[in-house]
Amino acid sequence: MVRQLSLHEAVNDGLKLEMERDPTVFIMGEDIALYGGAFFATHGLLEKFGPERVRDTPISEAAFTGIAFGAAITGLRPVVDLMFADFIGLAMDQILNQIAQTRYIFGGQVKVPLTIRASIGAGVSAAAHHSQCLYSMFAHTPGLKVVVPSTPYDAKGLLISAIRDDNPVIFLEHKSLGVSETYRLPTAGRQPVPEEAYTIPLGVADIKREGKDVTVVAVSLMVHKALEAAEKLVQEGISLEVIDPRTLVPLDKEAILKSVRKTRRLIIMDEDRERCGFASEVAALVADEAFFELEAPIKRIATPNIPIPFSPILESTIIPSTQSLIRTVREVVGK
Amino acid sequence: MSSFSLPEEKLIGLYEKMVLIRVYEEKIGEIFAAGKLPGFVHLYIGEEAIAVGVCANLKKSDYISSTHRAHGHCIAKDCDMKKMTAELYGKATGCCKGKGGSMHLAELEVGVLGASAVVGASVPWAVGAALSARIRNTDQVAVAFFGDGAINQGVVQECFNIAAVWKLPVIFVVENNLYATSLPTRPTKIQSQYSCSIEDLSKRALGYDIPGLTVDGMDVLAVYKAAEEAVQRAREKLGPTLIECKTYRYRGHFEGDPLMYRSKEELERWLVKDPILNFKKKLMEAGVLTEKEAEDISSKAKKIVEEAVQFAEESPDPLPKDAFKDIFVEDFY
Repeated sequence: MVRQLSLHEAVNDGLKLEMERDPTVFIMGEDIALYGGAFFATHGLLEKFGPERVRDTPISEAAFTGIAFGAAITGLRPVVDLMFADFIGLAMDQILNQIAQTRYIFGGQVKVPLTIRASIGAGVSAAAHHSQCLYSMFAHTPGLKVVVPSTPYDAKGLLISAIRDDNPVIFLEHKSLGVSETYRLPTAGRQPVPEEAYTIPLGVADIKREGKDVTVVAVSLMVHKALEAAEKLVQEGISLEVIDPRTLVPLDKEAILKSVRKTRRLIIMDEDRERCGFASEVAALVADEAFFELEAPIKRIATPNIPIPFSPILESTIIPSTQSLIRTVREVVGK
Repeated sequence: MSSFSLPEEKLIGLYEKMVLIRVYEEKIGEIFAAGKLPGFVHLYIGEEAIAVGVCANLKKSDYISSTHRAHGHCIAKDCDMKKMTAELYGKATGCCKGKGGSMHLAELEVGVLGASAVVGASVPWAVGAALSARIRNTDQVAVAFFGDGAINQGVVQECFNIAAVWKLPVIFVVENNLYATSLPTRPTKIQSQYSCSIEDLSKRALGYDIPGLTVDGMDVLAVYKAAEEAVQRAREKLGPTLIECKTYRYRGHFEGDPLMYRSKEELERWLVKDPILNFKKKLMEAGVLTEKEAEDISSKAKKIVEEAVQFAEESPDPLPKDAFKDIFVEDFY
């Protein structure tokens, strides 16, 4: 019987295995030691590895991300917990100007084996400063790999790859996937996750559902909304192919293009903001490479460029929904 | 045996290094004025005693982080001056292959973690290297060099706190050259606006319960002694120290700075305290150095600098395709 783990439990498992395997791996962030992390992803690690390698930091994001960089270029493999991606603002200089760019600036002298974990996403009325995705901004920055897992199985394999990677990796965990037992999306719950360490290479997309009529490129939690829509659309005789890129940098362009060449229709479902966002990037890619193979305009379903509101009714109004995808699918297939 | 507590060889070493930095920076100023360097440069002239006095206490395996005014730190920590100069020229042979330039010098081989052009940004790197030394269980220490401008950055204050809480082997060296670009640390006759509410920046250490001391940054022996104690404390795992070195940059913030924010009289007052001339005088009075030996030291420095400049000028430019390399470890961007 294989264990069933949630996304954050799978992350915990990956962290534990890598810390056991490699003494240079250590973790730090706010409330990660005794408390076990805001989403309990670091639960039990202090007990197992001690305070030297499981370090609670003061609330000083700029300093501890910069400190992680200093540790990474001097022989360690830090995993930093930024708690919420929204807190990036406090660490922006270190991430944008230093961590991301310094290998290049120094002519390749340094390797930066640094993983920054953070939670993303709306859906729990956490309001404007605990709900954003922001991965498009990271993907826009040169020098960062960006990983956005949608399932517990993927999260563990991708996290182990991220920790072993010699580049800075931003690893973003959707908070609604962590509390999946209370979430109503049918595919987003616990999932069998093997005990042993395994890796999923960064830059390889996964076809979460095969189909023939419309390609839906969906990120993180949106994968599950796309799968829900795909199930509902079966009754209408419409078949969706759901592609999960899993990593935005590097991006598996071939997997997306291959799918679009088969279905001839593309919708990108992206919880980050629409303007200059990841959905736009994929749309531009397909317009450049496969325009004449398309039978319908490319559609983006993303969050409008407004702050995430608190009230559940306001929040659910702006976050891409299964229903909005279904409507858009009907539009592109002409039904 | 002289009246100094340091062996003569060490004293001469301090003098040589300061002269080397001075000669180098004067040469770079000259080359820059001749239009041979891209970008801009920030010279360390006047502040030599700090880098030299601190780095003389470090081993090759110890770390330093630096700033936009990096040349002096790099020379003091024994960077390859040919590669460093080639970097200032943006050449392929530069320490950063021409991708960083004067404000981003780095040479990990000799423990120079690198310089950042964002004020204060490299301070956490030194703290991180100190944490790394702790976790790897080595006796390495790290020095963060930064200025009076950087001490007002949040990230620097955060670093003081974390280093204090974790008792990390790091030495914070604030080079108070009295001006954050144009803003004085304290009011002057010319400027009523200023950056710091205290005279001695070492007082900031009080808030973190770490030792803080202010020394004459124009006196290499005073700097040496303060750093010696701080390095020893760090190696004994007793935690960080904040050392403020009062100093003055003779030149502008950058070469070409119109300098309308400070007076000529002020500069003249500091020129009298020149770290090299005064140390030379002391060494000669003590019979440690003769005029002839001092001349030889200057000639030797000039030769090293000439060779570095020649190497840089004769070096090839990077290839255009090199712009696309070194972003990730793998070959993509």
